[in-house]
Amino acid sequence: MKRLESKHPRAIRWFHWINFPLLAIMIWSGLWIYWANDVYRVGLGSFTFVHFFPDWFYKAFHLGFRLAEGMAWHFAFAWLFAMNGAAYVTYTVVSGEWRYLVPNRHSLREAIQVTLYDLHLTKTQPPRRKFNGAQQFAYTGITLMGAGSLVTGLAIWKSVQFGWLTWLLGGYTAARVEHFLLVLGFVGFFVVHIAQVIRAGWNNFRSMVTGYEIVSDEAGQ
Amino acid sequence: MSEMEPKAPPEPEGASAPQEAHDDRAVEREMARKTRRSFLVGGIAALAGTGAWAWLDSRRPDDGVQWPLRLGLRANEQFWRDYFSRTRLAQTFGPNDVESPRQNGNIGLEDDPDPQWKLIVDGITGAEEPLSLSMADIQALPKIEMITELKCIEGWSRILKWGGVRFQDFVAKYAASQTDPNSYVGLETPERDYYVGLDMASVLHPQTLLCYEMNGEPLASEHGAPLRLVTPLKYGIKNLKRIGRIAFSNARPPDYWAERGYDYYAGF
Repeated sequence: MKRLESKHPRAIRWFHWINFPLLAIMIWSGLWIYWANDVYRVGLGSFTFVHFFPDWFYKAFHLGFRLAEGMAWHFAFAWLFAMNGAAYVTYTVVSGEWRYLVPNRHSLREAIQVTLYDLHLTKTQPPRRKFNGAQQFAYTGITLMGAGSLVTGLAIWKSVQFGWLTWLLGGYTAARVEHFLLVLGFVGFFVVHIAQVIRAGWNNFRSMVTGYEIVSDEAGQ
Repeated sequence: MSEMEPKAPPEPEGASAPQEAHDDRAVEREMARKTRRSFLVGGIAALAGTGAWAWLDSRRPDDGVQWPLRLGLRANEQFWRDYFSRTRLAQTFGPNDVESPRQNGNIGLEDDPDPQWKLIVDGITGAEEPLSLSMADIQALPKIEMITELKCIEGWSRILKWGGVRFQDFVAKYAASQTDPNSYVGLETPERDYYVGLDMASVLHPQTLLCYEMNGEPLASEHGAPLRLVTPLKYGIKNLKRIGRIAFSNARPPDYWAERGYDYYAGF
């Protein structure tokens, strides 16, 4: 027997879909800024495994020679990104939605179970609820990362007026590294998130647009 | 996205198989209706967003950047100038933290400094002639040493030791009438190849110096000999090397990089 089940509140769907282009603009303009001093790499001594970023990357996406423009976009859209994020967090707190999102004492065990299941290492199905333990960690984590980007960004942008914050983060150059690492985190989240959404299928994706999911109740229930 | 719909009445218990199939189809139809509606609203929102982005990106430039973004930079400037406090200081470091300097810009520094160098001070209220000061006039002010981080707008930074005089002491001695916090100071290289504008609040901050020493040595030519501005409150682009002229003004002085798309304020 099929029925419609309300899943994502309208406000959360709007916050989610508004955040997507805002974060994209922040990362894109951030790359224009980063290009001007692209010193980060993963390496040992003078040997570099990965350089952020190779020349072909800048060329392919025309990221070079746009520092001034990048800063202008970055510091305009940072406010919108912050406001959307603050509105989202406020909404989840006021509406009680946070209860589904914030990990509880069962979440860690469940998150491990879900991860093993997704990697085909166990056949134990994760529980069917709005957000499982892994999702709770992922969605709460990404929200904290967004806040982290704002905090590290402020520490870089206003390193004198918020000098205490810059100091807490380990100084100006450290805050820049942290700001950059968070971007790698967002990109990593994005890749896994898209893969999981594709795996979960149309009914799940559609619920982030319409708010509803079709649920089949087993006979006799 | 979707309109809130009143919930369908609960299904009767133990519905027969044909009835169930019929109900399932009704649910599918209802979902399809919601889906059409939501994707229509979402599509319109996506189009509006893309349109807004295309509009913003194609605006006429105002000093090298799309005018709405220039407005954004100005709004940020107003906000942070209101928040600014002279009591908040840039972090200072110990002698062991001092690094070797990195030379980046050399606009206006192509030649060696003029041995006959004089500092011209213009725009002082009530003064008939611009002042012409020698290095001895500058060094007559109390010497300040400061170890701070010079941050380039490109993203790199260097911790350096500076020696010079406080700009606020300089103003108090040679331009005592110029204390309006809403006024500006323009600095230029001797041939005016490079020029910057600074808000008076930043100029009068105790860590804004007129420097003649770097890392314990007299300032080298490529670092702005004989006299340069050093202020850890601003990006390096504002730390003008080889000052030829200082001009007080109530209007915003022109600024080399602000004319090329950068933020005028460029302050931390």
